Amino acid sequence: MKIVVCVKQVPDTAATMVVENGIISWGDAPLIINPWDEFAVEAALNLAADHGGEVTALCLGKEEETEAIKHALAMGADAAVMVSDPALKGSDNVAASKVISAAITKIGEVDLVLFGQQSVDTDTGLLPVQVARLLKWPSLTLVSKFESITPAENSLQVIRSMEEGNQVVESQMPAVVSVTKDYGEPRFPSFMGIRKASKAEYPVWSLADLGIDPPSSAITWPEVKEPIENEIITELIDGDSPEEKAKNLIEKLIAEKVL
Amino acid sequence: MTKKILAYIDHFHGKVQSSSWEGLGLAAKIATDNGGEAAALILGEGVNNLTQQAFHYGADQVYLADHSILKDFRPEPLTELIAAAVREYQPDVIIFPTTTRGRTLAGMAAVDLDTGVMVDIIDLDWGGDKLTATRPIYAGKLYAKLNCSSSPEIITLRTRAFEKPEPDTGRSGTVTNLEVKLNPADLATKVLDHQEKASGVSLTDASVIVTGGRGTANNPALAPPDDLDEEGAEVWKAEKGFELIQNLADVLGAAVGASRAAVDAGYIEYDHQVGQTGKVVSPDLYIACGISGAIQHLAGMRSSKVIVAINKDPDAPIFGFARFGLVGDMHKILPPLTDGLKAYLEG
Repeated sequence: MKIVVCVKQVPDTAATMVVENGIISWGDAPLIINPWDEFAVEAALNLAADHGGEVTALCLGKEEETEAIKHALAMGADAAVMVSDPALKGSDNVAASKVISAAITKIGEVDLVLFGQQSVDTDTGLLPVQVARLLKWPSLTLVSKFESITPAENSLQVIRSMEEGNQVVESQMPAVVSVTKDYGEPRFPSFMGIRKASKAEYPVWSLADLGIDPPSSAITWPEVKEPIENEIITELIDGDSPEEKAKNLIEKLIAEKVL
Repeated sequence: MTKKILAYIDHFHGKVQSSSWEGLGLAAKIATDNGGEAAALILGEGVNNLTQQAFHYGADQVYLADHSILKDFRPEPLTELIAAAVREYQPDVIIFPTTTRGRTLAGMAAVDLDTGVMVDIIDLDWGGDKLTATRPIYAGKLYAKLNCSSSPEIITLRTRAFEKPEPDTGRSGTVTNLEVKLNPADLATKVLDHQEKASGVSLTDASVIVTGGRGTANNPALAPPDDLDEEGAEVWKAEKGFELIQNLADVLGAAVGASRAAVDAGYIEYDHQVGQTGKVVSPDLYIACGISGAIQHLAGMRSSKVIVAINKDPDAPIFGFARFGLVGDMHKILPPLTDGLKAYLEG
């Protein structure tokens, strides 16, 4: 099986985000692999181990944004591809999906494409479904478990989640799957893995390499700002005993009309 | 000017996600302001009865496909029908709720219609030629304004960010049936089974949420069974702590949430996690028990209207975001708080 796992570099989730002269900044906070993507890499590695095959990490970003690719390689991915082109600056989700689809087509003979459920920066969760739609492959979102895969029959069975519960879905392959945290803990990169990843070489493809023109973007962001903090005046609830504190809190909540 | 708005009604086997009505309410409001009209799009099997509700919630027209092939949620056939409805109705804007299904369908429809999506928006300005939407990014650490230069403009609404309209049972309208030309054999997926989720109030819909953190395991008065190892004893204690949280939630009709620390320690399932890598919520009342308030947790709940923090540590960052702070042991405070609220709400 040939599995592609899409990964993205993002600022650490503990970073404080600020906007300076219209530009988003996270100060000197570390850059990390998008935390959701780690579950997708874990799933890809397990599927390749169980059914034979190789895992390629695919990343769209600036050439120097290597953190996600290095992490996926250190976890055990066999290969990586970076897609980078100055013309991609300001791409919206549809444009990014067109580029990722073209890269998957260029990688060739892919059976499964895995994504994390969304990225922690822009939080849209659109890429997995839009890449699926562009490739005309089934889209299986929010998958917590791979029940079975039958490569010989090009079919797989997964459990995916919705508000009301879980769906057991049978699908043809190739397919695009987004993986949730419920899949299970991702492994830590081993020391050997980290060493291998630090020396790994991988191709960087431009749009010309993919044979496509810069896709146009419909969505623009005319303004990004920090949220206006309503000044919160914290009222401390006092009392001589837990019972009295509870009683005083109830009175405050009644007065606040939130019950 | 935005004149024709199509609202997608998301449902599961005919049970509507209430945020769909928030979307239809917004569609009707824009239509009224701009002298236009609102239509609802209802796709499924056995969903005929939803058309009346759609009129009551503000639709002037309903586009309907009621067909056995649409019984289970499968995004591919639904996207085909959304595209078909758009060709027929020619809307300027399509509104989806940001449910798991709504997000998927909005994204796929955007590819078919070659347009863009503004996802999970919390505010909308429809005064100009084009919409200006506001959405949180980095889990609410920043806010972005967005425009979409193509048409139709697709938006998905964050649950509870827009008002749910009062139904007007006197309203009615016209129904247009969409032709379903799909053949089951052409579809690449099949839904084999559905596993119901254990009942409980959903976090994203809840108007009140009670959340527990690491502090749920810190009740020194409890003696865990002898046969448990250290980790087992900790989880056992935390489960007792979450029982107190569940009791309070039951009295308030609230959903139960948890911090990432509590989920990672195995105290409660991931489904309950609030925060940057969990669910982002904005209830009217958020009661945080034994939670210190890591930045990732705050990102997921700081837009709650009233935050109550109960924590032993007076220096916990959560107090800086709380309207009401209560320094004390949650295990001692929750029982009288639950009893007192029960007495008040029943009296």
